[in-house]
Order: sequence, then structure tokens, then C-alpha cells
Amino acid sequence: MIAGFFIFKKEEAPMTWQPTATIDTLKQRAKILAQIREFFALRDVFEVDTPAMSQATVTDVHLHTFATEFVGPGYANGQKLYLQTSPEFHMKRLLCAGSGAIYQICKSFRNEESGRYHNPEFTMLEWYRPGFDHVALMAEMDQLLQLVLRTLPSDKMSYQQVFIEQLGVDPLTADLELLRQTAMAYDLGDFVATESNKDTLLQLLFCFKIEPHIGQERPIMIYDFPASQAALAKICPIDPRVAQRFEVYYRSIELANGFHELTDAQEQQSRFEADNQQRIAQGLSAQPIDVKLISALDSGLPDCAGVALGIDRLVMLALGKKHINQVLGFDIQGC
Amino acid sequence: MATVSTNDFKNGLKLMFEGEPSTILDNETVKPGKGQAFNRVKIRKLISGKVLEKTIKAGESFELADVMECSLDFLYSDGEFWHFMNPETFEQIAAEEKALGDNIKWLVEQSSCIITLWNDNPIIVTPPNFVELEVTETDPGLKGDTAGTGGKPATLITGAVVRVPLFIQIGEVIKVDTRTGEYVSRVSK
Repeated sequence: MIAGFFIFKKEEAPMTWQPTATIDTLKQRAKILAQIREFFALRDVFEVDTPAMSQATVTDVHLHTFATEFVGPGYANGQKLYLQTSPEFHMKRLLCAGSGAIYQICKSFRNEESGRYHNPEFTMLEWYRPGFDHVALMAEMDQLLQLVLRTLPSDKMSYQQVFIEQLGVDPLTADLELLRQTAMAYDLGDFVATESNKDTLLQLLFCFKIEPHIGQERPIMIYDFPASQAALAKICPIDPRVAQRFEVYYRSIELANGFHELTDAQEQQSRFEADNQQRIAQGLSAQPIDVKLISALDSGLPDCAGVALGIDRLVMLALGKKHINQVLGFDIQGC
Repeated sequence: MATVSTNDFKNGLKLMFEGEPSTILDNETVKPGKGQAFNRVKIRKLISGKVLEKTIKAGESFELADVMECSLDFLYSDGEFWHFMNPETFEQIAAEEKALGDNIKWLVEQSSCIITLWNDNPIIVTPPNFVELEVTETDPGLKGDTAGTGGKPATLITGAVVRVPLFIQIGEVIKVDTRTGEYVSRVSK
């Protein structure tokens, strides 16, 4: 009894059933969601609701998925199901089936992510616009931000230009050695000296030496990421060194990521396979490729642009909150 | 030796950093939506006392530092080593001067100190938060003065110098906060 009492006093934070966000914050959050739904209703973009679980998952080397198992009729031996890291694959299958413009506000799940701006379960707004490219979608994103955050029109700058302006380094021509030296000059960690992945160094420099200094007065959209960080974006037909991908940053928060979507099934398959090879090289397990998505792309994804925006971060910015748990009813510690 | 990954990081965790036992003071994860996650950590190196900010690739592993703290009584100093004893087992341990650093000036015999051991060697000696020490030297002050005025310097039996109220006289014992080096009160004998 006495030992237990001491352990409780020493180790445990006091248990609370209370939400981490105030009820007032949750009411304001609901208003923002209503505002977003109205924004899309006015534009004839219709709301969809796709599964949170899937038999396949993303191959992205930097995403860690949750998985569970379904046992039931037809699946007596069990079927592994992954919690989706974003609704992208299912939404693209709807687009391939002829849905037209769609949006979704849903829970997404990413393991190993928790902190001031991350909760392993979070709310994502994702929308797709057939006929749009990434430039047209950036313009629509800007209208949404001006509506919800009451911001001034966003700045726009290419990935190459922002690196040159902030660090004096051209990310598209710099070799590994120059990137290492730049990161070492800023004392960005001991691993830098032996880092052999250019993208890791670019992401390091971007996170610590660019992101904190841009988009402070108004949001900024950074576009044309290096082709090596294309993810699911089209490669630029004019400059194959870059992909038609953009990211939105505001007040040191990464808010959204968008693509002029890759429509080529063959290339998508190769990118997934290349991811899996990289995963194996890093000692991670290969992920099952979403063959239903590849099959849908094969039948034809309309030319479109799509973007995913973190709702919790948007609410943080709208209400001036400093930690994601202030805009969530129950964060990972309280759920 | 046991290792930990960046997911184990929390404030107060003791690990080996650049060959020196260190403690984590602050840890923040930075994770772009598409790309490598990093940890920005603030650490204190336990031997040099240096506080550093470092960026680490998430997933890297570190050796845990075999660091433990124990409460021991200070016995005496032979000029080279400072000797401490476990009051329950009577086991003795000797610390070098560099483990004491500035804390030397608060050590009085019989006082109970926190000793930080790394691989069983004492690396930090932390005196009690409050010590009671005799004043050996101070200017005569005015009777009836109260704490709150500027005060005056007083040298204590261990050589430490603290500011005391004007009414404190040579030979009196005062209570001092060793964390701030400030006078707390007069101790009645």
C-alpha cells in the first residue's frame, strides 16, 4: 500500500477527465468548420466521406502508419487494415469514377507524431479540383485563408527563390558537399557531416533556417519543390528538376500541402516501388502498394489539383492558440 | 549499454552526448508533412555544465548514461579529495575538487549533499538547498536595522561571501539559500 502510494505520487501526472480545449474554443472551432463547408457549397464542391481504414497504405518513407485487424464474415483469418494517413487514395478513386470537384473533412492518423503542432490523430481538410493546376489551386487556397484567418493576400515564391533569398544557396544546383557545409555553418547537428541524403539536408535547412523567417505577416505559398520531393505531384514539363507541388506556411506553421496531381499510373507505381526500396534500405518494412489506386489511375484520373490542410493548425492560427491540445477536445494524453 | 531513441526523449533523461553524460532540458519535435522528422533538444552536459541546443535526426539512438543520484553526508576534506559517507551503510566515497566547483563554499561537515555518480564516480556535488553557517567577518552594523535595506557583505566560516542585513554581527549563524547564494534568516542559538 505504502509503496503504491509513493509510486503514484512520484510518477503519475494527476488524472483529469476534462477536455484540453475550452468549450468556448470548441464552439469557435465548429464555426470555422461551418465556414469551410459554406465556402465549398458556394463553389459546387461536394463533401465526401471515405473510409478511415484501408487494406493498403502509403509507402512514404517518413510516414508511420497505425494498423489494426478485421476479423469477421469473409475474413475468418483476419485482414490487416491501415488507418489512413490522409484520405488521398480513396478520394482519387472517386475522381477516377467521375465525381468531379470534391472535399472532405476527416480524421487522419500518423504514428510517431506528437508535439506542439502534432497529435497522432488529427483533422484534415482535403479537396480536389478537376481542371485546376497547382497555381489555380493556390489562388483558391488563398481565398479560403483570407476568409477564415482574415489574412492579407498570400505571398508566393518558388522553393528555389526562397532558398536563394534566405540562405544564398540554390537548392536545385547545390551538391551534397555545399548543403552539408551550409548546414554545418548553422550548427544544425552533428549528423550533418556524414549525411548522404540531399533531401534530408534541404528539409533540415528549410525547417530551421527558412520556415521560421517566412510568412510571418501574411501566409506564403512555396511552390515547385525539387523533383526528388515530388511525392504525388506531376513533374514540371518545362523544368524537370522541379515538381508541381506547393506548401503553405503562416507564422512558422506548415499549414497545407498541394499537388498538380500525378495522373500517370505507371509512374505512380514506380514511385511507390522506389519508396519501398528506400524503406528497405533504411531497415523499415516495405508497405503494401495500393493496387486499387493504381488500377483507378490506369482507368484515368482527370487532370486535377488537390491539397490537404491541417484543420487543427488552422484553428490554432485563427484563435491564436500556442499548442494543438488547446484546440482539441481530447489530445493523445487525454483520450 | 542500453540505448534510447528520440521517441524516448523527455526532460531529465540522462544520456551520453559527445562522450559526456548529459541531461535533456527541453525537447521539441519538428516534422514536415512530407519529409524527415528532427528533434531540437536542449541539453546540459553534466561535467562541464555547458548548455547546448542540438538538432538530431528523429530515430537516431543514443547510449543511456549510467547516472544516479544519492544522498551522502560530507565528512571532511584532505585538501585533494572531499570525502562523503552513506549514513546508512557507512560506505565512503571521495570526490575531486572539480565535482564541487563553486559549491565548495557551502560545504560544512555533517551536511547532507546530493552526489551525482556517473559509472560510480562522483561528478557533481550539490549542497543542501539551505545551509546554516557562522559569520566570521562583517562590518559592525546599526542596531535596530531590519532586512530590506541594502545590507552589507559578510564572510562565512566556509569562505563564502553573502549580503546580510546590517544587524547581523560576527559570530552569529545565518541561514543561506545555496541555489541563489542569498541570506534567508538569522538562526537563534
